[in-house]
Amino acid sequence: MAAPKVISRTSTQEELASDYKWGFVTDIEADIPPKGLNEDVVRLISAKKGEPEWMTEWRLKAYRYWISEDYREPRWSKVSFPPIDYQDIHYYSAPVKKEKGPESLDEVDPELVAAFNKLGIPLAEQKALTGVAVDAVFDSVSVATTYQKQLEDLGIIFGPISEAIQKHPELVKKYLGSVVPYSDNFYATLNSAVFSDGTFAYVPPGVRCPVELMTYFRMNSEGTGQFERTLIIADKGSYVSYLEGCTAPMRKTHQLHAAVVELIALDDAEIKYSTLQNWYPGDKDGKGGVYNFVTKRGKAAGKNSKISWTQVETGSAITWKYPSCILQGDNSVGEFYSVALCNNHQQADTGTKMIHMGKNTRSTIIAKGISAGQGQNTYRGLVKIMPTAQGARNFTRCDSLLIGSKCGAHTVPYIEVRNPTAHMEHEATTSKVSDDQLFYLMQRGIKEEDAQYMIINGFCKGVFQELPFEFAMEASQLLKVSLEGTVG
Amino acid sequence: MAQTNHNRPILDIRDLHVSVGDNEILRGMDLSVSLGEVHAIMGPNGSGKSTFTNVVAGRPGYTITKGEIIYEGESILGMFPDERARKGIFLALQYPVELPGIRNREFLRTALEALREARGETKLAIREFNKFLEEKAKAMDFEPDLMKRNVNEGFSGGEKKRNEILQMSVLDPKLALLDETDSGLDIDALKVVSRGVNEFRGPDKAIVLVTHYQRILNYIKPDFVHVLIEGRIVRSGGSDLAQELEAQGYEWLREPPEQAA
Repeated sequence: MAAPKVISRTSTQEELASDYKWGFVTDIEADIPPKGLNEDVVRLISAKKGEPEWMTEWRLKAYRYWISEDYREPRWSKVSFPPIDYQDIHYYSAPVKKEKGPESLDEVDPELVAAFNKLGIPLAEQKALTGVAVDAVFDSVSVATTYQKQLEDLGIIFGPISEAIQKHPELVKKYLGSVVPYSDNFYATLNSAVFSDGTFAYVPPGVRCPVELMTYFRMNSEGTGQFERTLIIADKGSYVSYLEGCTAPMRKTHQLHAAVVELIALDDAEIKYSTLQNWYPGDKDGKGGVYNFVTKRGKAAGKNSKISWTQVETGSAITWKYPSCILQGDNSVGEFYSVALCNNHQQADTGTKMIHMGKNTRSTIIAKGISAGQGQNTYRGLVKIMPTAQGARNFTRCDSLLIGSKCGAHTVPYIEVRNPTAHMEHEATTSKVSDDQLFYLMQRGIKEEDAQYMIINGFCKGVFQELPFEFAMEASQLLKVSLEGTVG
Repeated sequence: MAQTNHNRPILDIRDLHVSVGDNEILRGMDLSVSLGEVHAIMGPNGSGKSTFTNVVAGRPGYTITKGEIIYEGESILGMFPDERARKGIFLALQYPVELPGIRNREFLRTALEALREARGETKLAIREFNKFLEEKAKAMDFEPDLMKRNVNEGFSGGEKKRNEILQMSVLDPKLALLDETDSGLDIDALKVVSRGVNEFRGPDKAIVLVTHYQRILNYIKPDFVHVLIEGRIVRSGGSDLAQELEAQGYEWLREPPEQAA
């Protein structure tokens, strides 16, 4: 479509701010140790948390592995960035607590609450009415958890992992690192050494968690890395749906985000994990933005268990993540639904791994990549059928949508089959928002920007409908905001 | 032009020249259409019929080198397709487009809301709209379930064309351009489409119907018939002209080839 509107661009602060509506900085005192990483910093983080000895040792083991010679960032992904100076990062930043810890919402720093309100985060009581339990991680520390009582009555544990380490060491000890070992990859190892908080959830046998559990992550302090650690365990016959949302203020420098998420589903249990990732993507020229290097993996350990990942990735300068499923239990199911958007100079290399080990295991992969501006979007996926996985099935569909002529879409599917009974299906398409479609919608009276958005939304529909309803609306809005100004 | 009417024309095409790339398709077309009238434009393949309807609707890809398109007394050449649509121009496409992931119902509702807003009308409640759409769909012999399906995706040729007329009926434009809506229709579908057009027809509507064949004109009786050949209207008349064309073809209307200078 011929460009009808010229959008003038001057890089004033105000305009930048209006481009990224989550780009405000909250002025609260932060407790930040000096930059850089060594054993003392690891010990300091552990000490700040009052952690038991075994936890400190686990961190140190990871740290020592991390500094071992030749251990470095994986280089096989299709993203490029200048070397990261790991000694130039703050590894811990906690808002200074005015007194002791907040016991209820009333005690949370009003500045924080205001920040969450700006994010539209349903931290306050009204959110309880809509049935969402929220754990909010601000920089590195979990600040408030709503809905606690109701969950406790059901025996559900939901809260900061730092608290779980204190109160439920047997669970943490048993499962932490059981899906993503500390030696898994460079970023996961770093996370294992320095993670300062994150979310822990445990759903006891036979319990169907009645609300969506939710964590909002936000980076605030400049020059900090965020390394949260999430561990979710669904015991036999239980069900839990977990949502995470991420935002970060605008920064001229890149911020590092290296999270680890581990999910464990025992017999007949199901975990549904949804992500709305909207870290600051950097400005129009690719300045600033979050490096999002995340390791997410779930183990469908028990028979008939199910792990389902749904992600909408619109933020970050670089996204490197492959939420994966190890399908260990017989008849277990793995799902991956993804929308990844790259605008301006954003790069995404994302996808999944489905490792089939149990009999009759099934996996579904639906990946939608949208590239606009000079964005580079790569789907990278592995489907591996082990010799033990008799009767395994996989269906993969990768669709790429291009907006404009300077962006790129890449699809890199790996398929490894070691059992002849496997059924594999793979479909892939690449398309552009067609002039014919745009004209058709506009001819019916719909404005160009809305028309474009409808087409893109239609393209993503198969993924959005996997999200909980409220989140789906938010995802749809987020996409719209992220694509503003790409029409033409 | 054989038109005599008291109304001011809603659409006035004046000496319109249109090129696609280096090809001049329309070479000085004139046409005047008033409310209450149905005009049929006939002509052989490549005479410029579709170019004409697309250009009036503002489709990109055409260069207007000369002439004017006046709609309701103002030039619309500088307007985008959506603006023209909001002013009441509707084009039933010759090849309706598939819209993956967009349901017929939400598509029509979004479009109708955009038009109603432009007309200064209030929003329809969802329930109201659904009821309204159901009636309209029934009139076009559509199962209600079809409204939940993605626009034109997996529709048969006939369903796509009927869907265009349904859209016209829902969106209620002032000027409807029908670009070969009859092509590829079996006789039953042709009757349904014709019924839809005849129901739409009225003193405050104008219809320009572009067709190859006289067949549809048995069901939709035009007030005027124009013959478009090589980008110009070479003959205009009443509905009897269509019969004449059916009997004799277009050749007798062609100008003798120009002598090379």
